[in-house]
Amino acid sequence: MGGWAIAVHGGAGVDPNLPLQRQEEAKRLLTRCLKLGISALRSNLPAIDVVELVVRELESDPLFNSGRGSALTEKGTVEMEASIMDGTKRRCGAVSGVTTVKNPVSLARLVMDKSPHSYLAFSGAEDFARQQGVEMVENDYFITEENVGMLKLAKEANSIMFDYRIPLPSTCSAGAAAANNPIRMNGLPISVYAPETVGCTVVDRQGRCAAATSTGGLMNKKIGRIGDSPLIGSGTYAGKLCGVSCTGEGEAIIRATLARDVAAVMEYKGLGLQAAVDFVIKERLDEGKAGLIAVSNKGEVACGFNANGMFRGCATEDGFMEVGIW
Amino acid sequence: MGWAIALHGGAGDIPRSLSPDRRLPREAALRHCLQLGVSALQSHAHPLDVVELVVRELENHPQFNAGKGSVLTTDGTVEMEACIMDGKTMRCGAVSGLTTVVNAVSVARLVMDKTPHIYLGFQGAEAFAREHGLETVDPSHFITPENIERLKQAKEANRVQIDYTQPIKQDEKSEVLAATGGSGDSQIGTVGCVAVDRDGNLATATSTGGLVNKMVGRIGDTPVIGAGTYANSYCAVSATGRGEAVIRATVARDVAALMEYKGLSLQEAAAYVVGERVPQGTAGLVAVSASGEVTMPFNTTGMFRACATEDGYTEIGIWPTEQE
Repeated sequence: MGGWAIAVHGGAGVDPNLPLQRQEEAKRLLTRCLKLGISALRSNLPAIDVVELVVRELESDPLFNSGRGSALTEKGTVEMEASIMDGTKRRCGAVSGVTTVKNPVSLARLVMDKSPHSYLAFSGAEDFARQQGVEMVENDYFITEENVGMLKLAKEANSIMFDYRIPLPSTCSAGAAAANNPIRMNGLPISVYAPETVGCTVVDRQGRCAAATSTGGLMNKKIGRIGDSPLIGSGTYAGKLCGVSCTGEGEAIIRATLARDVAAVMEYKGLGLQAAVDFVIKERLDEGKAGLIAVSNKGEVACGFNANGMFRGCATEDGFMEVGIW
Repeated sequence: MGWAIALHGGAGDIPRSLSPDRRLPREAALRHCLQLGVSALQSHAHPLDVVELVVRELENHPQFNAGKGSVLTTDGTVEMEACIMDGKTMRCGAVSGLTTVVNAVSVARLVMDKTPHIYLGFQGAEAFAREHGLETVDPSHFITPENIERLKQAKEANRVQIDYTQPIKQDEKSEVLAATGGSGDSQIGTVGCVAVDRDGNLATATSTGGLVNKMVGRIGDTPVIGAGTYANSYCAVSATGRGEAVIRATVARDVAALMEYKGLSLQEAAAYVVGERVPQGTAGLVAVSASGEVTMPFNTTGMFRACATEDGYTEIGIWPTEQE
C-alpha cells in the first residue's frame, strides 16, 4: 500500500475478431506508454505531469482514437476533445472541437493553468491555442487512411440499420460484419466501431491523484457533437481519494456521471477503490457499454468494464504490471 | 407527496441597494414564471414540459442572464448554453455556443429527444436548430444596453487586475472573476427550473449566457451534466454561480449522490454542497425531491428565486430570509 500507481487505456469495446497482429500492436503501445509513465513516476514527476505526458504519447500514436488516428465526423474531418484534472485541489481543464492542435490534452492543461476558465471549445479553443503558441497542424494530419475506410463502413452500416426492409447483402462488408457480429457499440457493429478514447490516471508517491482523457469521439458523429471525454465528472475525474478515466458509449457515461461516481461512492459510501469501480460498472451503466481505469491515493489501481474488451495497462510501485484487452 | 417547483434567475453579488427599477421587474418575472409552472403542474403537465416552459420564459426576459439579456463575451457577442434532464429515464440534452437561436433550452430538449447524442456545440448546434425549424434571430436581438455597459466595466476592472501581474491560480480564479463583475448588479449566474409531479417524476433545466467578458468558446457548468444540471430518481437540481467552481465540485450530481449514498435529506444534501463543496460566494441552487420537497440554498449575497409546493407553500426572494 502506498507508493505510485498508474493505469492507461486505449478504449473500450473491441472487435472480437481483431487480428492478432493488431492486438499485439496495441499491447506494445500500451506497454510503452506505461513504461513512460513509470519512468516519470520514479523520477518523482507529479501525477498531473505524468498523466499529460502519457496521454500525449497516446495521442501522437495513430493506433488509438485520439489525436492522430481520431475517429472522423460525418464530414470526414476530425474534432478532438480532452480533459485533465488534478486531484489535489480538483483543478481542471477541458477542450472540445479542436481541429488543429497536435496534442489536445496539453491544450486542456493550458486552459487549466493559463486561463481564467475550465473549458474552452471550437474556435475559442483554437484562438487560445494560437495565443499560447502550442504546436498546430492541418486537420488532415490527424486523419488516417484506415479511419477514412472505417467512416465509409460506418455510413453504410448506419444506412443499413435505418432501412430494415433491405436484407443485409453478403457482398457488403459492413453488412457481413453486422451479420457476423451481433455486438454493437453506439449503434454500430463492433467491427466498424472505433474504440473510443485514450486515458491515463496516476497517483504519485505523495498520494496525489490525477487523470486525463482524450478522444476524437464517435465515428460518423454529427459536427459539434460533444461526448463524455471533456466533461469533468463524466469521462474524467480526480479528487483526494482517486483518479478516474472512462471510455465507451459517451452518452451512457454522461448519464452515469461515471468518473465522479467512482469517487462519490468512495467518499460518501466509504467503499474501497475496486469495490467502487465494480459498483459503478454494475449499477450505473444500465444498457450502456463502457469501461474505466482508476487509481486511489493509497497506491491501488483498478479497472472495470462491461463492454466486451478494453485496451488497458496498469502498474504499481511494488512491481505489479499488466497489459490486457479482454 | 405532491408536486413542487423551484426556479432561479441567478445567484451572485446582488446588492441590497439594488434599485427598484432593477429589482421589481425581476421579482415580477419570478412571480409570473412561478405561476406559469404551477398552472402547468396543476394541469398535469409532465415536469420536462414544465421546466422547459418556465426556462423559455426566463430566457425571454431581458433582465436575466439567459437568452435575451445574456452577458457578453470579451468580443461583445452572445454565446448561449442550456441543458435539460429527465430524472426518471436519465435522458438529457445540452447545447453550447448558440448565437441566433431564441430559446437554447428548446434546442437542448431536441438534442435529447431527436438525436442519439447528448451534447451539441457551436456551429453544429446552430445547424441542428435550423434543421429542426427552431426560431432564430439576428444575434443583436439578445444584446441589451445594460450588458454592453457590464462588459465595459468588466474590461476596465480586468485592466486594473492585470496591472498587479499576478499569475492566475485556480484558487484565485474566483477572486479575479469577482473583480470583473462590475459594481454589483453583475447579472452573474443563470436561469433554471426544477419540478416534480405527484408521481415523483423529476426534471431540471438550466440556461445561461455565461460569464461576463468570458473568452469566446468558454463553456461553463450549465451544459455539463452533473455540474450545473442533474436529475435522477432522487432529485432534480439546477445550479448557478461561478461555473468553474460548480464544475470542480460537480454540484448538481453531488446533491443527488449525498442523498443516495449517504442517506441525507434533500435539504441536508443541498446545504452541504453549497456550504462545504464550493467556495463562499460562488454558488447557489434550486432542487426538488421525488417526495415533493424543495430547497434553494446559496452562499452568495443573493439569488433570484421562487418556489411553490402543492400544499400551498410559496416563496419568492432575492436575499437570505431572516431565518437564514
